[in-house]
Amino acid sequence: MDLAFIIETVVKIVVILLVFSALAGFGTYFERKILAFMQRRLGPMHVGPYGLLQVAADGIKLFTKEDIIPQNVVKPIFKLAPVITAATAFMAAAAIPFWPEFTVLGYTVHPIVSDINVGILYVMAVMAIGLYGPLLGGMASANKFSLISAARSAAVFISYEVITGLALLAPLMMVGSLSLIDINNYQSAGITHWIAWSQPVAFILFWIAAFAETGRTPFHLVANDHEIIDGFGTEYSGMRWGLFFIGEYANMFFISFVMALIFLGGYGDGSIAGALQLLLKVAFFFFFFLWTRAAWPDVRPDQLMWLCWKVLMPIAVLNVIVTGVVILIQTQGGM
Amino acid sequence: MHVDPFTDRNVSEQSAYYYVDMGEYPQTGWGKFKQVVKRSLKGELFVGLWVVMREMIKFDIHTVQYPKEKLPIGPRYRAVHKLLRLWESGFERCIGCGLCEKICISDCIRMDTRIDEESRKEVTEYSINLGRCIFCGYCAEVCPELAIVHGDRYENASEQRAHFVIKDDMLTPLDFLTAGQQKEYPGFGAITPHEDERVTKTPLAY
Ligand code: SF4
Ligand code: SF4
Repeated sequence: MDLAFIIETVVKIVVILLVFSALAGFGTYFERKILAFMQRRLGPMHVGPYGLLQVAADGIKLFTKEDIIPQNVVKPIFKLAPVITAATAFMAAAAIPFWPEFTVLGYTVHPIVSDINVGILYVMAVMAIGLYGPLLGGMASANKFSLISAARSAAVFISYEVITGLALLAPLMMVGSLSLIDINNYQSAGITHWIAWSQPVAFILFWIAAFAETGRTPFHLVANDHEIIDGFGTEYSGMRWGLFFIGEYANMFFISFVMALIFLGGYGDGSIAGALQLLLKVAFFFFFFLWTRAAWPDVRPDQLMWLCWKVLMPIAVLNVIVTGVVILIQTQGGM
Repeated sequence: MHVDPFTDRNVSEQSAYYYVDMGEYPQTGWGKFKQVVKRSLKGELFVGLWVVMREMIKFDIHTVQYPKEKLPIGPRYRAVHKLLRLWESGFERCIGCGLCEKICISDCIRMDTRIDEESRKEVTEYSINLGRCIFCGYCAEVCPELAIVHGDRYENASEQRAHFVIKDDMLTPLDFLTAGQQKEYPGFGAITPHEDERVTKTPLAY
């Protein structure tokens, strides 16, 4: 392994970490502003022009706040849990291509930390490990609401893993590769080749599941303010709570990237226009997360489970079967 | 509208109350499934999305940026008290009758009077413990001279638990009065318009 490769990888990792930590911060700003506008409010206005420095103020507050470890918590696990959430969110980013490859000073940069051939499987697996953040944090907190939240998060994440997995299976069968770059290149011919058109059911299912995976509003029962306070985050303060937060928002961005790459053609043919389109698609998905939060009510946990196991999973299975049969017929016909 | 239809809370022809049309609640699993499909596909969710999007595009913002902007308060709003002066002479209006002290529900007015050199009653001290005052307005209501009134200063946060307002804080400063800045109080206990025409002489002779 040569030195250049190591340096390149480290630089990429640092850039991704910095960019997405900052984006997570600005994500909260956008969320507040957009929610406010949708509710005829102004949102943050006082810190900096149009409240833009609110993010910095929040950062200062989170960093300087006392880190309280309550009395009866299981200390090591309580301290570790937020790190799991944030770390797994960023680890998942390793296999996501954020930009088509480009050349700087005669050196070709692949803006992906590691193009492993099981890319999407890795992303999904690492995001699934993120479950341990809320689960362990909630169980170690010595707080009833946190415990309920931990139980809910385990149930929700495990259930919706099934949906994401099955929904992904159909497109993967068509593409025949797990690497996100291959999936992107499969659709590079243009908008008509997007997998969203050939796999609309899988797209919708994956999108619905993404809400559960990131714990966003219609499925926000993991930290549902009006019934279980802040769920697993109730006992956390200062930067530990901030890590949960960064993890959650980074996850939203990453899952938006994944959806845009798999279903909406990603960065297309790799031109600058394609790359900007990718950013637009990601921005749309992120905006949609905020939009639904302003518009839709939360569902009950039992309704969520019902939806998962009795509606979405059968549809996902049917979708996989239909896709398989169609592919079989096509290949037979081709032979 | 007459209130009668609203006082009868039973749902009937006469009353204004009626049952909201909720429809049948599904009993079977299949029924529930159909309801979910119907609700998801009927577009209710998208109506919600459209409503918030419409508000965002219209950008009809209702925020009042409080320390910079303030909402007007009603004329009868009962905020921190003021002691007024007579317009012509600049004397204090308070005659030290003690009615306000007496009527105060939370016992938070404290005053001291003495007979001055001209044999007039003079108010030497007058303070209201705003930590205890419930801003009921009785003192202003009862005052025969329209001397104690409620002003419009409602930002009375303080580091002190019992924050006193002493006479000097409440009394209209003299230069303020001569500049014509003292506001007559239209709220609690104020004279109603056209009071002069309504006043009749007390019949003394029988
Ligand atoms: S407003 Fe009511 S409580 Fe306050 S000083 Fe006047 S009479 Fe007392
Ligand atoms: S009721 Fe009016 S005149 Fe009498 S003591 Fe109180 S403020 Fe003075």
